[in-house]
Amino acid sequence: MRQRDLIKRLVLGSGLALGLSATIQIHAADDTIKVGVLHSLSGTMAISETTLKDTVLMLVDEQNKKGGLLGKKLEAVVVDPASDWPLFAEKARGLLEKDKVAAVFGCWTSVSRKSVLPVFEELNGLLFYPVQYEGEESSKNVFYTGAAPNQQAIPAVDYLMNELGVKRWVLAGTDYVYPRTTNKILEAYLKQKGVSEKDIMINYTPFGHSDWQSIVSDIKKFGSAGKKTAVVSTINGDANVPFYKELGNQGVSAETIPVVAFSVGEEELSGIDTKPLVGHLAAWNYFMSVDTPENAAFIEQWHKFIKDPKRVTNDPMEAHKIGFDLWVKAVEKAGSTDTDKVVKAIVGLETPNLTGGIAKMLPNHHITKPVLIGEIQDDGQFAVVWQTEGTVPGDAWSDYLPGSKDLEGDWTDPINCGNYNTKTKTCLGAQAK
Amino acid sequence: MSNVDSGAHRGAQILVILSIWLLGLVFSGNLAADSLEDALPKLADRSFAVKQRAVESIAASGNARALDILKALLAGDLYTRDGDPAVVVVRKAGAAMRISDPLTGQDLGEVERAAIKKIQLNNAMRTALRGAIAARTLASPDPALRLKAAREMMGDGSPAATGALSAQLEREQDPAVREAVSLALAVANMRSDRAETRLAAVAGLEGSLQSEARNALVELAGSDPDAAVKAAAAKALSAMDTRLTWNARAETLFFGLSLGSVLVLAAIGLAITFGVMGVINMAHGELIMLGAYTTYLVQQAMPGLIDYSLLVAIPAAFIVSGLFGIAIERTVIRFLYGRPLETLLATFGLSLILQQLVRTTISAQNVAVQNPSWMSGSWQVNPALAITYNRLFILIFALLVFAGLLVILRRTTLGLQVRAVSQNRAMARAMGVRSARVDALTFGLGAGIAGVAGVALSQLTNVGPNMGQAYIIDSFMVVVFGGVGNLWGTLIGGMTLGVANKLMEPWAGAVLAKILVLVFIILFIQKRPRGLFPQRGRAGEG
Amino acid sequence: MGIARAMRGDTGGQIMLAVLLAVTIVVPVLSLAVPESSPWHLSTYTVTLLGKYLCYALLAVAVDLVWGYLGILSLGHGAFFALGGYAMGMYLMRQIGDRGVYGDPILPDFMVFLNWKELPWFWHGFDLFWFAALMAILVPGVLAYVFGYLAFRSRVTGVYLSIITQALTYALMLAFFRNEMGFGGNNGLTDFKDLLGFDLQSDSTRAGLFIASAIALALGYVACRTIVTSRLGRVAVAIRDAESRTRFIGYRVERIKVAIFTFSAMLAGVAGALYVPQVGIVNPGEFSPLNSIEMVIWVAVGGRATLYGAVAGALMVNYGKSTFTAVFPDAWLFALGGLFVLVTLFLPRGIAGLLRLRRAG
Repeated sequence: MRQRDLIKRLVLGSGLALGLSATIQIHAADDTIKVGVLHSLSGTMAISETTLKDTVLMLVDEQNKKGGLLGKKLEAVVVDPASDWPLFAEKARGLLEKDKVAAVFGCWTSVSRKSVLPVFEELNGLLFYPVQYEGEESSKNVFYTGAAPNQQAIPAVDYLMNELGVKRWVLAGTDYVYPRTTNKILEAYLKQKGVSEKDIMINYTPFGHSDWQSIVSDIKKFGSAGKKTAVVSTINGDANVPFYKELGNQGVSAETIPVVAFSVGEEELSGIDTKPLVGHLAAWNYFMSVDTPENAAFIEQWHKFIKDPKRVTNDPMEAHKIGFDLWVKAVEKAGSTDTDKVVKAIVGLETPNLTGGIAKMLPNHHITKPVLIGEIQDDGQFAVVWQTEGTVPGDAWSDYLPGSKDLEGDWTDPINCGNYNTKTKTCLGAQAK
Repeated sequence: MSNVDSGAHRGAQILVILSIWLLGLVFSGNLAADSLEDALPKLADRSFAVKQRAVESIAASGNARALDILKALLAGDLYTRDGDPAVVVVRKAGAAMRISDPLTGQDLGEVERAAIKKIQLNNAMRTALRGAIAARTLASPDPALRLKAAREMMGDGSPAATGALSAQLEREQDPAVREAVSLALAVANMRSDRAETRLAAVAGLEGSLQSEARNALVELAGSDPDAAVKAAAAKALSAMDTRLTWNARAETLFFGLSLGSVLVLAAIGLAITFGVMGVINMAHGELIMLGAYTTYLVQQAMPGLIDYSLLVAIPAAFIVSGLFGIAIERTVIRFLYGRPLETLLATFGLSLILQQLVRTTISAQNVAVQNPSWMSGSWQVNPALAITYNRLFILIFALLVFAGLLVILRRTTLGLQVRAVSQNRAMARAMGVRSARVDALTFGLGAGIAGVAGVALSQLTNVGPNMGQAYIIDSFMVVVFGGVGNLWGTLIGGMTLGVANKLMEPWAGAVLAKILVLVFIILFIQKRPRGLFPQRGRAGEG
Repeated sequence: MGIARAMRGDTGGQIMLAVLLAVTIVVPVLSLAVPESSPWHLSTYTVTLLGKYLCYALLAVAVDLVWGYLGILSLGHGAFFALGGYAMGMYLMRQIGDRGVYGDPILPDFMVFLNWKELPWFWHGFDLFWFAALMAILVPGVLAYVFGYLAFRSRVTGVYLSIITQALTYALMLAFFRNEMGFGGNNGLTDFKDLLGFDLQSDSTRAGLFIASAIALALGYVACRTIVTSRLGRVAVAIRDAESRTRFIGYRVERIKVAIFTFSAMLAGVAGALYVPQVGIVNPGEFSPLNSIEMVIWVAVGGRATLYGAVAGALMVNYGKSTFTAVFPDAWLFALGGLFVLVTLFLPRGIAGLLRLRRAG
């Protein structure tokens, strides 16, 4: 009897909780502009993405302190797609259809972006995507505020080749689309620069690979052939810690075989003992160590918001900040949060980035970015050793891939096409129909 | 475009300059533009190019303090104070930093950490510094330093370096250093103009495994104008390659055993909770994670004593995970005995809760667990074979844990009772065994061992809320492959899978090797449906 | 009639089928006929969500058939589900034709930018719907047959069987992650345009898919019910409860196990094929062993060996997951994990057990 009562109460209680939560959702105020936050808070990607959720919350908070947008308060709607790709699409649809958000800031992995892309195109929503990625995409509804391959990979290889005299290349990556595409581009680029096939070693490993003994040993052997060797790493977040540990322990130092990484930033380093990594390189468009007043203010704001002076800032956070600023400016310019008006207004808008330059939204929905190369220091920060003179415009379609060298994205009149073939003067794919 | 000059090239230049200086061909530091006093403040310049030139000037200055300054720079002990361009040497003295003048060694008092800024280095500078220090230490009274210097100079075929090496060979007494110097000299002489020098150099390389030597041999065997040299080089090369192949095999075996030891460590706690008690413990990975987080917290609590932290962390992790295990057993699992599949459901729920618990209480990000100095680096067996200390210690540690567990189960009263309860609960109770207590302790033991495994894994990989998930499936595979309920099976099973994986990896790639291992397990279970070491008797009937 | 006999005495199932029928009629009407301004209108979000739940429910029925009635705890049913999904995904990819971003009439986008020159052999035929539909059932079926034939013949049982099914799905996950396999690697297959000429983004196609999922669930349910109430089903239960004894009586235990296991895998394949066009993506994550464990948990929450319980469990756990991830994004794992623990401790027979308890009391 008693057990049954308990069960009844349990069922009733949980039912009540569900009902309550439903009503909370319905009772959102109408005089706010909603901003969706679509970052994984659990599962494998939570390590990287929770920080970005907090960043957006901070930016929304800051904007509200400045009086909101168009006289309305901003309201962040946070959901957890739980590192589950179909769930990303479902949550995106929920944000756009049920919550009617004006813009969404979210996604990290390529697959999550690919998963939500059809949803954003169908419901004509806005997505700001803050992570460096493989390119080969330009959608009317997505703004790519992270680096395209020409804003990260190619300058990094140029640096290694020209400044360090690297002659032999290891392209090591996690087996997914970003490393595959980046390595394809780099391979084509290196061969064009006269590097022969046998001086390039390509290696792919699964996600979360943790036993690097054989691969590091292979790299060591490959690097002992008498020519200066470097590793270009597109190894994904989690697998980096054991990779660098193995490098350090097997005695591969940055002076013998430097590793330049595209996915290792301050946040990732904060989970590593950096002593054996000192001198290895990373290519990004932002480093926390960059000494500008804008950056100092941003770091201070972040520490105040997160209430932890030890937390670091990183490149995707800057990308979100730039994306958010540009969106706010575009909404103000358009006088509305309507997607079509914002898309029209945002191209050509400029906002200062945190490294002392200007980020400009280009017609292909990518932005201009400086490229910085940093060396890892023993405090987990990067010392900038090289940077481009000005900013580099993001190129959606790589010039080094046979399928895409003639393509271009342009979302302004009269072209209005994400994949416009400049040779045949036609818009390819679905948009052609 | 850039503000850094070519590193490797510059490093070689410095070596040349220094070697010349060493030989006494240059009598003063006039070669460089700046004196030590002038060059020193330039180390604090923002531009790496200026810093690099300053390092060259210091190295070439001939000042007696130069070597110490370069060493301090490389070690990261040189700083500037706020608002003062003068460079100072900083040594840690408790919480405060003690500073001194690099030129005179005069003490300048103590400062706050926030008031000083470290001089940053880049790779080009580090290479230059190491080269400069090596060349200067070739004449050092310490044989270990000379040995290191000789190795660093190998492959540098410049005439100056060759001169320095042959001069050193004349006066060198220490046999190990002599060997290294003569080897370095042989490599250098292989690029000589005279055929007989090259031939002698090839002969001198017998038994060597150095990659620099091999590169030189490849060059000679391929394109030497002298037929005799060419043939000798080809022969030496093939002999060397045979030795290298054997070394590579030894290396692969070690890699396999090391991977196997990780699998064994991860699985051995499960061999208790799942194998002996029959609980499908999906929270096993999270118990490993708790052990790793305990290591992190221990290190946070004793920041200055990283080298000893693991010794504290091992018992601490055992206790933390063990207590969690006992709590789980007392609150959930004890209601589910005899319903193994429901333990799967409940422990899966617990694993979700534990993950989120760590995420909310500590952080969703990974945390940094440091490696003690004795776990870093590698033991250079010979130039072609290095065994990393962390892997070696973890291999030994895995075997110790295994042996310890075996002793507990075979030789203690608890072990006897555990075996009794797992074989026949009712009978054991009738004989006066307090089965509830034994269950709690057994589960606690399995959980504690998982925690200890977490300490070891924290030295190899990420410590984050998801780390348990990475090991749970592999752990189940190992236990089932070895035979449920058999500790030896877990050991042999884990080691076999590790070695098999590493044997396949070179030709199949990391992903395919793993797939093949899984297919192998599936097929193996067809052949032996109860694993490598099946449990005998009625207890084996599932 | 067969259906009537199969459903006799299955009150829960009758109620479930009745509700399913009502929902199948009401949901499309509310979605298509009711204007958007009305509070009764159902958004496409809700329709696709419900459609997804129905696919999961069908999958849960398939898992319950082998676990509840045959005693095989498969921790690899996600593999069959995913294979069915991939077969459908390949068809949908081929339907894109030259509407991909590169405008290549044959090759899917991911092959173009990875520089593939021609379509791999196993992609041929998937431009035909009947072929893809056949493959969605056949591929999981054949895999289950081969795997089951080997395992059951060798008398692999209990946890050993569970763990090797897990190894199976894990190996497939790693294989599909490999870009060389030609299935799009980690990104999987996505950006679908239309199905049998119907635009996948239109509300009526979505309603159609929803109805198809409901029908598939109803048919699958009745089929499973037919099996478990037949002589075959009774022997299956005998195998579950005492395998050796059943064998000694003279039944060919292996054949029965292989037959039911294969049927269950095909059912999972159908669920996967219906799932993919509704969520718009299929990727190797579907093969993840954790997904397969989750499926078992739906069944356990619903009540093992009651087919309607499996349906209820799948619906409830997934509804909980959808709601919790939106309402308590930071703490939903506590809620879900807590739910699993409480259900095992207090509701050993799952929701179905709770209902039975109620009726008795």
